[in-house]
Amino acid sequence: MSGPAPGTIAANVMHFARLLRRAGLPVGPSEMLAAQQALTLVDLGDRTEVRTGLRGVMIHRHEHADIFDQAFDLFWRDPTAAHQAAIMGLMQGRKDPAPRARAGSRRLAEAFAPPREAKPRDAEERPPVEVALTVSERERLQSMDFEAMSSAEIGAAKAEIRRLVLPLDLRRTRRLRPDPTGASVDLRATMRGSLRHGGEILDIARRRRVTRPPPLVMLCDISGSMARYAQILLHFLHAVANDRDRVQVFLFGTRLTNITRQLRHRDPEVAFQMVAHVVPDWSGGTRIGESLAAFNRRWARRVLGQGAVVLLVTDGLDREGAKGLAEAMDRLHRSCSRLIWLNPLLRWQGFEPRSQGIRAMLPHVDEFRPVHNLASLRALIDSLSRRPPPRAAVALRSAA
Amino acid sequence: MIPGSVAETALLLERGGYVADRELATTIHLALSMRRPLFLEGEPGTGKTEIAKVLAAGLGRRLVRLQCYDGLDLSAAAYEWDHARQLMAIRLAEAAGQTDRELLARDIYDREFLQSRPLLSAIDPAQPPAVLLIDELDRADEPFEAFLLEVLADFQISVPEYGTIRAETPPVVVLTSNRTREVHDAIRRRCLYHWVDYPDAARERAILARKAPDVPARLSHQVVEFVQRLRGEDLFKLPGVAETIDWAGALRYLNKAELTPGTVEETLGVLLKYQDDIAKIRGAEAARLVAEAQAAAPAV
Repeated sequence: MSGPAPGTIAANVMHFARLLRRAGLPVGPSEMLAAQQALTLVDLGDRTEVRTGLRGVMIHRHEHADIFDQAFDLFWRDPTAAHQAAIMGLMQGRKDPAPRARAGSRRLAEAFAPPREAKPRDAEERPPVEVALTVSERERLQSMDFEAMSSAEIGAAKAEIRRLVLPLDLRRTRRLRPDPTGASVDLRATMRGSLRHGGEILDIARRRRVTRPPPLVMLCDISGSMARYAQILLHFLHAVANDRDRVQVFLFGTRLTNITRQLRHRDPEVAFQMVAHVVPDWSGGTRIGESLAAFNRRWARRVLGQGAVVLLVTDGLDREGAKGLAEAMDRLHRSCSRLIWLNPLLRWQGFEPRSQGIRAMLPHVDEFRPVHNLASLRALIDSLSRRPPPRAAVALRSAA
Repeated sequence: MIPGSVAETALLLERGGYVADRELATTIHLALSMRRPLFLEGEPGTGKTEIAKVLAAGLGRRLVRLQCYDGLDLSAAAYEWDHARQLMAIRLAEAAGQTDRELLARDIYDREFLQSRPLLSAIDPAQPPAVLLIDELDRADEPFEAFLLEVLADFQISVPEYGTIRAETPPVVVLTSNRTREVHDAIRRRCLYHWVDYPDAARERAILARKAPDVPARLSHQVVEFVQRLRGEDLFKLPGVAETIDWAGALRYLNKAELTPGTVEETLGVLLKYQDDIAKIRGAEAARLVAEAQAAAPAV
């Protein structure tokens, strides 16, 4: 490959960037310019160099590397074919964290036709049916009716969210800002002031420490037993994620999904649709222990820094009989500065204070907040913002 | 001085004792040629910081290191006025009967009272060109990232009382992150990104041969096979290359010629740093991994 016309490179980069964008990667003009520059600096005959060069300038996250590599392989096998709808469809499918599910979508109809108890006997047939089930759950979420909020309602929700004060909110940082009544002296400002008086120090400028809310990590149970709260919880998560900075949101049923990026969309409807697209296990079973263990392993170190507060929303009803739950809770408790468990007790039919899951979790929380009525955002915020209920048993146990 | 091709970049790293794969060499080559900061992300102990050190040595530049932490501010990262000496200068000016305020201000905010911290030092035109290592950026907080944007965009720092200090030769900038927090997109977009992964067995052996040359070949082979298998386990914290090197050194120090389950149990604390992980691997699991590692490593 010796010296193709620069125009060809530019056109190819443009097409490739378009392909990446369709695959959901944020590739803008600056990435395209950088890509063109990078291509002048590598050996164009060397596939690895070209791929690595483009990857270095066009993506900025490890999570995107796989998608990039696949797009690269597709594109440079046949750049013109990359425009074909089939490939585009495939690339769009890559946005999906569970690409297997697509393969199963044709089986979906078949899976729906016979009732679910028609379980396969032999082990070989198991995976396809699991795939089909995954899809059907996803479909259910997509068809779930998230009531649209009017802009006035959104405004009201935001106003409610601003009242949210978590315990341990306003953590002292190491940053200082000018404040005449502050505790420490600002020598730099004092010096500047003194020059106005010919070097005579008349006023001593002061500073105080800045406080800010700690990072907030919300882990929210979306299993079948929690389904009735889904609407209000999603609105709550969406409002908090858009109002505060440093918020991470995870949903779990049988699997853990990070929906922070999806929830960042300002329009709740769009955000919920995007959430629906990535969450595979809506209203299914609960594997709290396993989900929390997955969180500890994959995310805890990434999101629990700087004194994060964890808000765990679950009813504590674990399908797996609380297997591994105590260990996972213990690890989680030790990784964050405060662990608050919000338990919607309303579903009283299934609630037993003595259930295994709850007994396994209680010793490891800093605060246990049962909510008796989770019908509105206001109730939720009220419950979270009021002072911790005198749950002496829990407090004592965690203090010990 | 800047290597002209990927091969030359690889050679530069090689001479510095860094065993890099092609992808890393390509990314570094581009970062150097395009004068863009290099953003290295990866698990702890995969040799991210080492890259900056090797680059500094290979390019013949001084290494300026800024270790980040929560609350890192301007006075610790960029510059600070030496207030004590400024006050002294004011008193001296008074004693000399100098009353011109303008003149006084200029005297007080002289370069000699400005103390350089790493960022200013790295772009100081009065000093030789530098490699600027901004280590563990994920530990700093967001306000610091915002400040860093200006420095990375123009390689200049504005000091309100003094003026703008601009680098004559832009420093080679290497940022590292252990992902204890997501670094903001604005920083990422200004950089070339590379994910530093755990090396494969062959490369890890080559690293071990470089970093722990006195470990017998068979032992180091077994060590690498064991660690590679350990990384496939479900652990809270996987061992990095740094741990592999430490472990090989520890085994060498204990005069072990071969991995045995007993040896592994005694020294597991060098590899794994969490009690849960140690408890999980200790016993049958360790014995199984040792047997596999022994089978995989060729007899000498």
